[in-house]
Amino acid sequence: MTTRGAVAHDIAVTVNGVARRARVIPRMLLADVLREEWGLTGTHLGCEHGACGACTVLVDGEPARACLMFAVQADGSRVETVEGLVDGDGGLHPLQEAFRSRHALQCGFCTPGILMTLVAYLRVHPAPSEAEIREALSGNLCRCTGYQHIVQAVLEVAGGPLTPPSPRRGEGERA
Amino acid sequence: MKFVGDRYLRKEDPRLLTGRGRYVGDIALPRMLHAVLLRSPHAHARIVRVDADRARAHPGVVDVVTFAELGSAGRALPIVPPHADLRGRNFAALAGDRVRFVGEPVAAIVAENRYAAEDARELVEVEYEPLASAQTLEAGAPAVHDDIADNLAGRVTLTRGDVEAALRAAPRVASLELHIGRGGGQPMETRGLVADWNPALELLTVWASSQVPHQIRQFVGELLDLAPHQVRVIAPDVGGGFGAKLIVYPEDVLIPFLARRLARPVRWLEDRLEHMLAATQEREQRHEVTIGFDDAGRLLALRDHFVHDTGAYTPRGLVVPLLTASMLTGPYRIPAVESSFESRYTHRVPVTPYRGAGQPQAVFVIERVLDLVARETGRDRAEVRLANLVRAEDMPWDTGLPNYRGSGHVILDSGDPPSVVRRALESARYEALVAEAAAARARGRLVGVGVAAYVELTGVGPFESARVRVDPTGRITTFSGVSTQGQGLETTLAQVAADELGVTPADVTVVTGDTAGVEHGVGSFASRAAVVGGSAVALAARDVSAKARLLAARTLGCAEADLEQAGAAFADSRRPERRVSFADLSRLAGAATAALGVEPGLESTRVFQPTDITYSFGAQVALVELDPLSACVRILGFWIGHDSGRLINPLVVEGQLQGAVALGIGSALLEEIRYDESGQLLAGTYMDYLLPTATDVPTMVIDHLETLSTLNPLGLKGVGESGALPVPAVLASAIEDAVGPRGGRVTRMPLGPARLLELLPPSLAEALDRG
Repeated sequence: MTTRGAVAHDIAVTVNGVARRARVIPRMLLADVLREEWGLTGTHLGCEHGACGACTVLVDGEPARACLMFAVQADGSRVETVEGLVDGDGGLHPLQEAFRSRHALQCGFCTPGILMTLVAYLRVHPAPSEAEIREALSGNLCRCTGYQHIVQAVLEVAGGPLTPPSPRRGEGERA
Repeated sequence: MKFVGDRYLRKEDPRLLTGRGRYVGDIALPRMLHAVLLRSPHAHARIVRVDADRARAHPGVVDVVTFAELGSAGRALPIVPPHADLRGRNFAALAGDRVRFVGEPVAAIVAENRYAAEDARELVEVEYEPLASAQTLEAGAPAVHDDIADNLAGRVTLTRGDVEAALRAAPRVASLELHIGRGGGQPMETRGLVADWNPALELLTVWASSQVPHQIRQFVGELLDLAPHQVRVIAPDVGGGFGAKLIVYPEDVLIPFLARRLARPVRWLEDRLEHMLAATQEREQRHEVTIGFDDAGRLLALRDHFVHDTGAYTPRGLVVPLLTASMLTGPYRIPAVESSFESRYTHRVPVTPYRGAGQPQAVFVIERVLDLVARETGRDRAEVRLANLVRAEDMPWDTGLPNYRGSGHVILDSGDPPSVVRRALESARYEALVAEAAAARARGRLVGVGVAAYVELTGVGPFESARVRVDPTGRITTFSGVSTQGQGLETTLAQVAADELGVTPADVTVVTGDTAGVEHGVGSFASRAAVVGGSAVALAARDVSAKARLLAARTLGCAEADLEQAGAAFADSRRPERRVSFADLSRLAGAATAALGVEPGLESTRVFQPTDITYSFGAQVALVELDPLSACVRILGFWIGHDSGRLINPLVVEGQLQGAVALGIGSALLEEIRYDESGQLLAGTYMDYLLPTATDVPTMVIDHLETLSTLNPLGLKGVGESGALPVPAVLASAIEDAVGPRGGRVTRMPLGPARLLELLPPSLAEALDRG
């Protein structure tokens, strides 16, 4: 995607361990490249002004708002998105498992950003208290859940091993 | 029942958790164009001239469309539902010679990508002649519609008994003036559409982030002159609705129009500023209440008159104020009632239902009244509520007020409100809590307890339909006329179908929100999807099960009574080696002759038309602390007692209640859409319009009661909106308790920091002023 008159740049980004390239104009947002060029539509745009956190991805391990970051700024970096959370066999990450068993998502639109925020947080703070979890979550908006089940899901995995993922539960397992 | 009632894990979650959801913005079609809208910067103006030549010449731009290009597609959208007292006006796909709110769409710019379209939008020149706008509910404001000089969209009075006489006879009489501000549903996914016109098939396919795909099909068909079979509307994964996606909007017609005009797929994705500007809102009302009661705290007469801000248009007629007026008495017995309103046009975003739909205002009014009565009579607030509640033995209870549909009175069909309230009180340890709060206040802290009860109207008609099909490979698919925006219907409808068919929810695929699935559908709103949609699924699945059994018995040469079902297969219990599967039966039914005695296909389409509305009940108790320095309210504890009939999936119901309470907290303390005197929006971002975050919402304790509804086959009642209804009321009650008798009275919602400071007792306010 280009607009006449703008100089396009070639970028190379490692996304979920896969080397990816794109030719982008300078103002092209990272979110748009992830979604439109590379088809990684799990990263969602909720507000496009950095407030809701739905578009949160990890850039070199740090949470970043993909709606506020230009794709050229990600050149040469390592980006992690929600699509990269499952293991090689498609098994859910323990946090994804906990979200499912605790009913921590409803419409699912904010969920990828919340998962990425929490995955980064738990890497540094593996055993947070409820108050710390709420604080860590406070930059992500969820309109459906009231956050209670999200907090419970994090408490469920907090302190436990984040890798390897637990065996995938079959559809139909009851809470 | 095997699966209904289960905390069954959601079938949609693996997809949504791994980024494989399919929202409108994820749908990309070959040759797809991108539309953006130019919106009015004025609350009221005449459009003198639009010059789009420079925009049309901009690189990448394919088309610019204004009202002039719309032709017959530029007619006003239909208004639903009609009402005899409504003077209704609706918007069209684009504004004609007049704009009536900031954000009303004026032109569409279509380009190869959104970047180019947004650039070109800057190049469209519109000459406006700004006009004075109506920004108050007072008489004498400039007319919004030339032929409605007094801005009155409708005036309705509902009565029970002789309220005048009852007020005269009442030992005590008191009055209140209450005001509720504007807010919005604010789903995290904004609205959006992808439309694709296939000229070979003359078929328009529309993906819409909507709660009402069938209604979009109807309106698009009417305005673009297409037959129902030429329009397929699909609501794919939808990222929340809450009412913001309840109406058919101008864009829902405009984007399909563009796709057909250009013979290329067109995508439009609303941005958040557009959503704040132009997605419908609700709640603004000003109430004048008079209450007659006795020394025992019994309610004897209630008169309420309110003015309702309906914004610039009435896409949903008088539904919101009718809901407020008709639900005014809540779960209480009041012998004489007069509830009246005037719905007035203003030059603001149209007002249509959002989560709660007029009912949070009704609950706020009646619960403020009960707190007042408790204070005046020196009685405990919970005790006053218990003294006035409709009791189980009163059911069905006729409130005497016509319901909002005009189909009869509001008749509370079943339930035990006193038990629900008592359980909430017990769960909160109410008496101890009140004592603890008093002790904290004695130590100088502003701690208070609130209590509120409510009724929620749910499961409204007119109908919902469902098709259950076993195909020749044995796959079971359930199609429903409802759509899902996160309520888990893919799972709960599968639970219902599975029980009827004797299989598991994992065996049932649920397709919602697709007009190709069922011919007739209504949609998801008014806490109706599980109740009415679930009932239709139960009926259709029962039919399929009966047909399968009939065919199985015939195939196996046994009586139906001898059949033994094991999953998706039947055996003859006397000769268990003889088996026939659902797939076999589907193939058999697929070639049904007259001799077989059944119609073709192992499937059934059924419609459920509820004979009346079914009502849920609940009560909430809150413990709060007001920090006088920061003027912040901290919610220290929150308890919910709730009865929404049979629970299909308690896990889902708890999620609905928790989410609705969070939304209610926003309505009570954080969220307010405000405009300046010229109608400019003062809260256009999430930095000005604050949604509750994880640090604002407390952990809630929920206690369910299950009184089955008598109005549908499974005894269901709705729940989606319930939790939101009493939150402003319960927090008002708690905050008033916290500031004590010398503090102010809560008469407005929402309560931002400035209003909270006004409530502080004078001694404390002076101390703070002195620093």
